[in-house]
Amino acid sequence: MVYILQTAMKLGCIYALVSLALFMSFRILKIADMTTDGCFILGGAVSVVFALTGHPFLGLILAMLAGSSAGLITAVLQTRMGVPSILAGIITNTGLYTINLMVMGFSSNLSLLKGETVFSVFQKMGIFGKNADLIVSAVVVIVAMILLRLFLSTRLGLSIRATGDNPDMVSASSINPGRMVMIGLAVSNALTALSGALAAQMQRSIDINAGTGIVVVGLACLIIGETLLYRKRNMTLNIAACLVGSIIYRMIYALILKTHVIPIECLKLMTAVIVAAAISFPTVSASISYRNKARKEMKKC
Amino acid sequence: MLKIKNVTKIFNPGTVNEKMALNYLDLVVQDGDFITLLGSNGAGKSTLFNAIAGNFRIDEGRIELDERNITFDPDYQRAQSIGRLFQDPLKGTAPSMTIEENLTLAYLRASDNKADFSHITKKDREMFADELKKLDMGLEDRMKTEVGTLSGGQRQALTLLMATIVPPKLLLLDEHTAALDPVAAEKIMNLTKRIVEENHTTCLMITHNLNHALQMGNRTLIMSNGRIICDLSEKDKEGMDMETLIHTFHKALNDDRILLGE
Repeated sequence: MVYILQTAMKLGCIYALVSLALFMSFRILKIADMTTDGCFILGGAVSVVFALTGHPFLGLILAMLAGSSAGLITAVLQTRMGVPSILAGIITNTGLYTINLMVMGFSSNLSLLKGETVFSVFQKMGIFGKNADLIVSAVVVIVAMILLRLFLSTRLGLSIRATGDNPDMVSASSINPGRMVMIGLAVSNALTALSGALAAQMQRSIDINAGTGIVVVGLACLIIGETLLYRKRNMTLNIAACLVGSIIYRMIYALILKTHVIPIECLKLMTAVIVAAAISFPTVSASISYRNKARKEMKKC
Repeated sequence: MLKIKNVTKIFNPGTVNEKMALNYLDLVVQDGDFITLLGSNGAGKSTLFNAIAGNFRIDEGRIELDERNITFDPDYQRAQSIGRLFQDPLKGTAPSMTIEENLTLAYLRASDNKADFSHITKKDREMFADELKKLDMGLEDRMKTEVGTLSGGQRQALTLLMATIVPPKLLLLDEHTAALDPVAAEKIMNLTKRIVEENHTTCLMITHNLNHALQMGNRTLIMSNGRIICDLSEKDKEGMDMETLIHTFHKALNDDRILLGE
């Protein structure tokens, strides 16, 4: 049981980076960024390839660079070329499938049986004892959260937030909203790729299909966290919500795995239902209560 | 000085809905001019503002601001020297951000304030509070309040401050009090007058209020079908009453479908 919880914490930390990325794109820029799935694999593939040559840390950095370039392509498609934002992400995602295969040398999976990963390096150093994996991933995600929080209150960060809030006001303040979308999506996809890179190094393998549906899982984590912590004005809590939600999601996942309440094959469907229900909840509940009210009024007549 | 030469904009060209919104329009605005702009709906007033602010590409013509050709500059670049207010008080501010965050973004137009990774400093806050005090709405005590919770009048006052906190070379006011209640409208109009006078801002104001058109500014233009059909100087306006203006308006327009406000 302890082992299961530990694994859940570990994965929760790593996948929280995807929720952070979606917080940036979906909540702040208000763009549903479909690049996420492919970008996650891109990060994983790049990091495994570099870990294989003995550079696990360089692999993480290059994975982030690769991810942000993918984000930039999506951003350029929508800001400079008039492609609708969802379609822009889907186009990039489709293209990334081939790019990812290329990175992996045109094989559909790549394993890292020998060679160092960022986790094994710290394990060998022995400073963190048995929990090296967990501590390394926790440190990475917390540093990412702090940096993102600080970034969002800089002048550049404020400009990006305003772009999602009111693009007219942004260009009236002599800020180029297109540039803000580019920076925002580059940052967000760098985070996604970092998540993929860490996950791949931890599992010591990467599969071309491992990223399918990661965008929905990330959103589920974001929404779980927000339900517990969301405060309208508090950016810090909203960022913390990504980590909390992600860990809870992984705990639920682990419990289901252990107890077989739901067949594990059905988990993606469950996740999809949770996300759809959570996002539609305000609209659906409002229209139900409105209809009930209408019915009551009709009866009176 | 703003120079507009031969500016033409055709919407939906080649269709049955083709409309020449700006028809080879010429206009020269001198520094310090405060021009009020009248005209019926669809006359091209807002289209003229959009052309000046760069919201679309014009089909023909040339726009110069202070001897610089800005015809091909994108809107956000022109915003460096052109401030603009809309009728809709929601348009000029970011609702889920605080007053001080909105002001910070507006203050980015000051060229010495472009450091991307800098945070809002105490000095910025003090400066913003001083500026907010001038609005006399108590907003200086609510700098951490989200703008979305303010009233329309407060939001429009804030937008006015944001547009002028770095004095622009040109201020475009597009019926900026029309959506407000009479008390708030009066207040915003007085603020506008004061700010424009203090900074000697060159200003173009669209209005449907003939009183405002007569009393404010040193020049009044009447637009119809994408052209300026009447240009009244301060001298022309002197001693002119509403009746005469309405008469001039009608004579120029020869169109009595106009709603004359008031």
